[in-house]
Order: sequence, then C-alpha cells, then structure tokens
Amino acid sequence: MSEKNQSSGVIGWIDERLPILSFIKDHLTHYYAPKNFNFWYFFGSLAFLILFLQIFTGIFLAMHYKPDAKLAFDSVEFIMRDVNLGWLIRYMHSTGASAFFIVVYLHMFRALMYGSFKKPRELIWLFGVFIYVALMAEAFMGYLLPWGQMSYWGAQVIINLFTTIPFIGPELGVWIRGDYAISDPTLTRFFALHIVAVPMVILLLVILHLSALHTVGSNNPDGVEIKNNKDESGVPLDGIPFHPYYTVKDFVGMGVFLFLFALTVFYVPEMGGYFLEHANFIPANPLVTPEHIAPVWYFTPFYSILRAIPDPAFGALAMALSILFLFFLPWIDKNPIKSIRYRSILFKINLFIFVIGFLILGYLGVKAPTPLYNALALRFSEMYFIFFALLYFYSTTRNSTFSYLFSGIILSFIIAYDILRINSDNYAIVLIGLLSVCLFVLFMTLSPLYTSLNKEKEVPDRVTG
Amino acid sequence: MRSSKIIFLIFLIAFCGKGMAAAQKSEILLDYKPRENINNKASLQRGAKYFVNYCSGCHSLKYMRMNTLAEDLGIEEEIFVKNLVFSNKKIGETMTKSMSDKDAENWFGAIPPDLSLTARSKGSDYIYSLLNTYYIDNSSITGYNNLAYPNTSMPHILAKLQGEQKLVLDSNNKSKNLEKISVGSKNEEEYKQITNDITNFLIYVSEPAKLKRHSMGFWVLLFIFIFGVLAYYTKKEFWKDVH
Repeated sequence: MSEKNQSSGVIGWIDERLPILSFIKDHLTHYYAPKNFNFWYFFGSLAFLILFLQIFTGIFLAMHYKPDAKLAFDSVEFIMRDVNLGWLIRYMHSTGASAFFIVVYLHMFRALMYGSFKKPRELIWLFGVFIYVALMAEAFMGYLLPWGQMSYWGAQVIINLFTTIPFIGPELGVWIRGDYAISDPTLTRFFALHIVAVPMVILLLVILHLSALHTVGSNNPDGVEIKNNKDESGVPLDGIPFHPYYTVKDFVGMGVFLFLFALTVFYVPEMGGYFLEHANFIPANPLVTPEHIAPVWYFTPFYSILRAIPDPAFGALAMALSILFLFFLPWIDKNPIKSIRYRSILFKINLFIFVIGFLILGYLGVKAPTPLYNALALRFSEMYFIFFALLYFYSTTRNSTFSYLFSGIILSFIIAYDILRINSDNYAIVLIGLLSVCLFVLFMTLSPLYTSLNKEKEVPDRVTG
Repeated sequence: MRSSKIIFLIFLIAFCGKGMAAAQKSEILLDYKPRENINNKASLQRGAKYFVNYCSGCHSLKYMRMNTLAEDLGIEEEIFVKNLVFSNKKIGETMTKSMSDKDAENWFGAIPPDLSLTARSKGSDYIYSLLNTYYIDNSSITGYNNLAYPNTSMPHILAKLQGEQKLVLDSNNKSKNLEKISVGSKNEEEYKQITNDITNFLIYVSEPAKLKRHSMGFWVLLFIFIFGVLAYYTKKEFWKDVH
C-alpha cells in the first residue's frame, strides 16, 4: 500500500480508489517477457488487434444492417453503396474474419512448435482452444447474416450436422433454427448471438487467457522458464519489461499486418472467392441449391474430415473429435522438452506432416468431391489423428514391446476400417492409401528402436537469444 | 530457426495456390474474355447507354442509384435525366424496370433477373460470353440458344447489331465453334466493343465502390507504410540495449 501513494494529482486521486498504476506496473512496465521472442510471437497481439477491429466495424455495420429475412440482403447492399464508407467497413469486417483465422492458426501453430501448451501453461492453452471454438461459432453465425445463397446453404450443412446426433438430433435442429427450415427466426437469433452473446464470451475468454498467461509468464522459442534464473531483485535475467520493449516491437508487427490487411481490403476483398464467395452475391433461395456448397476456407479442413466418412453421423463424430482432441493436447504430449529446437527429428516430421495434412484437408474441403479427393481426405484425416497418437508416443522413450503394440493398435483400427469398405471397384486406391499410412506409422513408431532419429537435444539453462 | 521459416513458406505457398483454382468451362467460351477496365469512363458511359436502350426494359438494376451513376460516370444530372431516364422517375431512385414480373413470366416463362450483382455472382466473363455466343436453334422458342447459358429463355436482343451465328459441330458431335451466317448493322469488332462496354458497365454496377477503393487504397497503404517504417526505427532504438 505504501508504494501506491507515490503519485499526486488526478492520477494519484484515481489510484487511491482504483489501482490503475499497479495494474500498468504488473502487466506492462514490470511484466517481464523473455527477450528472445521471434517472428511467431507477433500473432497474439495481432489477434487482439483484429478482435478490436471486428468489434469496432461490427458496431457500425449493426447500425445499418437489418436482421430480417426480407431485408437483410438488401441492407448489406445498401451498406455497400449508400452508406458513407459502408463498403470499407463491410470489407474490413469480412476480411477481418478471414484474417482472424489466419492469425489464430499461426498463433496455435506457434504453441505446437514451442510447446507453449505444456505445464505450467495448460490453462492458457485450454482457454485458447475455447476462444477458437467460440470464434468458429461467431464466424459461422456471422456468415448467415448477409443472407446470400452460401450463407443459407452453408448454414444448412452445418446445422444438419447437429441433426445427425442420435435420438435428439432432429429436435435439436428445430431448436437451433427456431423453425423446420432456416428462415427469419434463424436469422434473428443468429444476429443476436453474433453481435451480443458470443462476442461477450470471447472477450471473457480473452481476459482469462491473458490472466493465465500473466500468472505463469510467456514461453519462448527455447522453451526455457525464464523465472528459474532471476537476479537479486527478482527480475528474470532473460526477461525484459513488456512495455516499452514488446509494445514498440508489436507496433512493427501491426504495421506489417495492417499493410497486408489494407492491401486485401482495398484491392482483393473477395480474395478470389475465398473471403467472399461469389454465390453469396445471390440472395438466399431455399428452392435453389447451389451447384457446389463449400464452407468458407477456415472451416474446410474440418469439413474434409466430416466428408471423409460417408456415414453422416460418424463423419460428424470424427469432426467433433478432431476439435475435441485439441483440448487434451497438454495431457497427450507429456514430453518435458517444450521447444521444437531440442526435440527429435521424428517430432519435427510429425508436426510437418500434420501442418501439410491440415492444409491439404483445407484445400480438399473447397473442392467438389471426386474418388481421388475422397481417398486423400480420408488418409489425411487419419493422419490428423495419428499426429496426436504420435505426440503421446514421443512423450518418453518407449521400449520395443510398447512400440510394436502401439503401432499394432493404430494399424488395426485403420486396417479394420478399410476391410469394411474395400470392394472390387475401389481396391487399388484403398490399398495404395492403406500402404502409405501403414508405412508412415511403422516408420514413426519403430525407427526409434533401430535409429537415432528420436534423439533429443540438451535444453540449455538460459535462452539462446 | 530454419525449420520454422520453411514451414511458414509452405503456409504462404498454400494460400497463394488456393487463389489459382479456376473453374472448368466449355472450350469455345474460353475465347470470350472481356477487356475489363472500369476506369475507362467513355466505355462505362457507352455501356450505360446500351444498357438503358437494350436491357433495361426487362432487367432492373435495383441497387443502382441513378444519381450515383451519373456522378461516377461524369454525366451531368440534367443530361443524364434527358438521355437515360425514360420514365418519370426521380434521379435519387434506383433503376427498377417497368415490366411487371407477372407479364414477364407470361411472356418469357421466367422473370428476367436483376443484374445489379451478376458481375460479382457469375463473373464478367459470363456476361460477355452470354452476349456473344447466341446461335440459331430452331428447337427453342426464341429461335436462339446460347453457349454460356444453354436453353436460356432470353431472346437475342442484340441480333440486329450482331447478325446471326450457327453452331458448328465436329465429327464427335461436340461443339467446335460459332460461324457467322448473316451480318448485322455492326461489324465483328464493333459488336465486341459494344458487349465489352455493357460488361464493363455491369462490373461497375456490381460494385460502385471499386472506383473509390483503388484510389483510396494507395493513400492508406502509404500511410501504413510510413507508420511501419517509423515503428521499425523506434523499435530498433529501444532494443539497442537488449543483448
């Protein structure tokens, strides 16, 4: 308390009643962050910037938008044409949605690379995944609002996922839509959820995410805990105050981001039909199904996993699991080494294949299905789950019995599924796919027994700069 | 960190690659590509003229406000009203059509769509090739068929300008090309220019803000660039003592 009464004047008056100075001290000027943050550490602050932009532009859109099935489409065109700078606000909001996902995906990838989800940061990760899921809900509901053909039919596809749940499914669908088909009640409730409920949830989660982060401190590219090495006054030797060091650094990141963002907003707001789909410039029509329904790009990896299994209920289950697995990551990967820098070659291969697979699944999700694409989608969906299995496997050094048993269990699942579906028409494509996945699993699980590919490096005591 | 840079590069390549996916089309249609240029005011003005004279009887531009159009195309309001507004509409109104939907359905079997957003939903190539690929087909009610929009109920409004074409099939009964069988009041080049003007006009109509955003974008980017440079040197100065 004695320290707090140092300021006089207005600030001092306020600080005696509201601890603004100690807040600034605890979270900015005396919050020590590792000094070795690299490129990958820009995306947290960028996500925060985009959140602000989305709320800001969203408020202005809500002033002119009409949440009514008869008026919604026209009101969006009204914003685009007759509202002063309405087009700019709308493009910022639509580009912001895609930018949000790009930034969040890169932010999550950073966490995977440097093990930022590991002890003691499990809660940060958990809140982060909750933010991601809330963001998906937010984006999905926002996409219905322009009431174009893709808004309508995309929502149709997603809501139908819920109807595949056994027993309660159909009732649940009606409950979500507020009608037997997507219609005005669906639009109005999505509007309410999109502009009030979900943003509040996201803001709350962001506060929790940051509070948890500031409690344990940031990880860094070396995965070294800077709090283990402090000087006499308790300041981490490898830490620097967040303000001014990282505030000025984040401004540079914001400059680069805003440049790319403005480039998109002013010159390619549709991004070739990926940020704004062409068919969404046709008003929603329940009687005409578009030739090809593709969700917006940020959902397509999961959409591919959904389509990879022909049975809709099991497909939806696989998709739900693919997101659910993310929550458990801190308890799946128990390897004490955090950073990719000191982990084995096999870990790097695993992460690399996972990222490539995720991108390929995303690509396949925007394409109309063909037998080849379906086969690829299934294999990369399998690889998506194998990634988590291997993370668990590499948690510690495994003996040969465990290794053989582990690969045997994975392979038996994959082979069993293929036995169920193989026939004289598809045997070639099934066998080639099966062989590739099996070889990959065998290589990844058995090579540590015979090679030094799983050898990890010594983690230094201090960050390497 | 080298591996992380490689992975980031792959991210980038993957995102760029996504933009390149192009739709499959009939091969003849590939020959019909408009020269898009919405900054060509003369072309937009001609396009507006042709649209009002040939298209607006059946097709509305219900989001296009006439005073916005006049301003963007550099036409004075009085001249605009005199030459391009045939009904007793006010210049602040949008370009709705005079034909009723009921009549349209009776006459053509379908309601002619509003064209405000066609250039964005179906693409400018579609509009241009639709206007260029009408061919004689006696099995159709209007006497014409179309390559870009097979079995369309829209008659060939511009036939007098273009003349008539017939579809030539190859030995496998597949469409090969279109052959001129009668001449219109315009020659081939002139007709292409007319349809190009209409296409340009509809690209503009689909997004009038396009005229503004390209020029405004430059100044915004310049501002952000200067901000970025200043931020970079500020950062460098602050970080001097971090080792």
